[in-house]
Amino acid sequence: MKKIEAIIQPFKFEEVKEAIKAIGVDGMTITDVRGHGRQKGHKEVYRGQEYQVDLLPKVKLELIVPYARLDEVVSAISRAARSGKIGDGKIFVLPVEDAIRIRNDDRGEAAL
Amino acid sequence: MCLAFPLMPLAMAQPAPDALAKEVESLKSAVSAAQTSGDNAWMLASCALVLLMTGPGLALFYGGLVRKKNVLGTLMHSFVLMALATVVWAVIGYSLSFGEGNAIIGGTQYLFLNGVGTDPNADYAATIPQLTFMAFQLMFAIITPALISGAYAERIKFSAMVLYTTLWLFIVYFPMAHMVWGKGGLLNAFLGGKIPCFDFAGGTVVHITSGVSALVAAIYLKPRKGYGVDPIRPHNLVLSFTGACLLWFGWFGFNAGSALGSGGLASSAFVATHFGAAAATVGWLLAEWMKSGKPSILGGISGSVAGLVAITPASGFVKPMPALLIGFIAGVVCYLMVTAVKNKFGYDDSLDAFGVHGAGGTLGAILTGVFATNAVNNALKDASGNPLPLGLVDGNAAQIGNQAIGAGIAIALGLVGSFICLKVADMVCGLRASDEHETEGLDLSMHGEEGYNLEA
Repeated sequence: MKKIEAIIQPFKFEEVKEAIKAIGVDGMTITDVRGHGRQKGHKEVYRGQEYQVDLLPKVKLELIVPYARLDEVVSAISRAARSGKIGDGKIFVLPVEDAIRIRNDDRGEAAL
Repeated sequence: MCLAFPLMPLAMAQPAPDALAKEVESLKSAVSAAQTSGDNAWMLASCALVLLMTGPGLALFYGGLVRKKNVLGTLMHSFVLMALATVVWAVIGYSLSFGEGNAIIGGTQYLFLNGVGTDPNADYAATIPQLTFMAFQLMFAIITPALISGAYAERIKFSAMVLYTTLWLFIVYFPMAHMVWGKGGLLNAFLGGKIPCFDFAGGTVVHITSGVSALVAAIYLKPRKGYGVDPIRPHNLVLSFTGACLLWFGWFGFNAGSALGSGGLASSAFVATHFGAAAATVGWLLAEWMKSGKPSILGGISGSVAGLVAITPASGFVKPMPALLIGFIAGVVCYLMVTAVKNKFGYDDSLDAFGVHGAGGTLGAILTGVFATNAVNNALKDASGNPLPLGLVDGNAAQIGNQAIGAGIAIALGLVGSFICLKVADMVCGLRASDEHETEGLDLSMHGEEGYNLEA
């Protein structure tokens, strides 16, 4: 099993969600987050005072998939989240040791 | 009349002369009761409008401009004055402001509101109960110290704030109100002042005193932690927007209510007020758009407040077109004050109480001397009852000098008075919140609560 963590542009979230649904993957967790990579933020001006705002709003998706489906899901997310500009975000893939469904103690891929 | 003689035998049927006099008397009192009803209705509504300016108007305007950890502390600065200034006013403030005393301060004749009832006080407002006049003036005594809170926001200790503003009412506000509006006050143009100064609704009394006092407070308290280094951004401009619109709305009571009646002068002040606010909003937005590239909502609402401030002393003296002009100038000048001037000197007037109220108030006071005209306000008459010229447009250039003296006295009183009150409050309880409390935020450290409990 692998965990996919994708940090994407908020305005791309709906497209990504639909793309994942379209390939038959159920279940994800999302969080509103703030951060920046190479994009560096923007300028805000309040009564002539300028502020450099570095941390920009992003959406973080977390989902766990069977190893066999990893490439398919990653490329679906990547295609849907891409606008081609700086700030599109990143996808990280992490190993997962086990999964337990709380309702009935199913374990491993059966719990996904 | 030619028929009068033949009808003489019927004269016995006519009312006797004393009965006629009685009839006239009762008609006169009916007319006066009707005028009192009309005037009093508008004045009571105006009282409520002016209170609305402080809470929630000013409270939200300032509350939205601070960081979210200080929102309740900032609301409290305004709200506590709605209570505190009322109590002080009832006990002694009204008397010191409007009782007969010397040229600087009133006496004790209205201590505990003794003798202040439903009968009018003809010196101030002949057609409304003195209780209404007292309540209307009270609302001004509430908002004026609340305006200063823009300068010490996010870093003052609550106990010190309470002590400072209470002292400030005695040292600065009551004397200034007496000098400009009280009977026999030094600057009162209508009730025997030596230096006749026109201040219709409080340009000197309210805005210059509070604005200058705010500057002193900002400098005395020193900048907020992280000022100029960390981003200190407004946490909710939607609140500020709501507050500013309530200020604009309430200001109709502030200025048009200062006519102390519901006649033509109130309409004139109402229109001037609205025009001043509108033109200043345009002025500020234009200046900002040209200088920084984008017109902002914060700029727009700041401009409207700057215009309302500047038109305040002039509102009952100027025609609509000069009101537009005064507003526009105020919008541009105040924009430059809060951007260029503040940055150059480096003081941390957190929410620009000085840049808007001090600068806008002074500008308005001077421009009142230029545009005041007896075509709008003919209350000032010579011995034979002809209206006297008011400002430069009436040919009385000397009035600009009088206005400058009035503004100068308000500035001097604000500078010295505010410093004394700050010093005393500092010695008694320490002005500034500790570093730890400031970092934590005034909501938690001073009041033990938070504005936004998102997990609740």
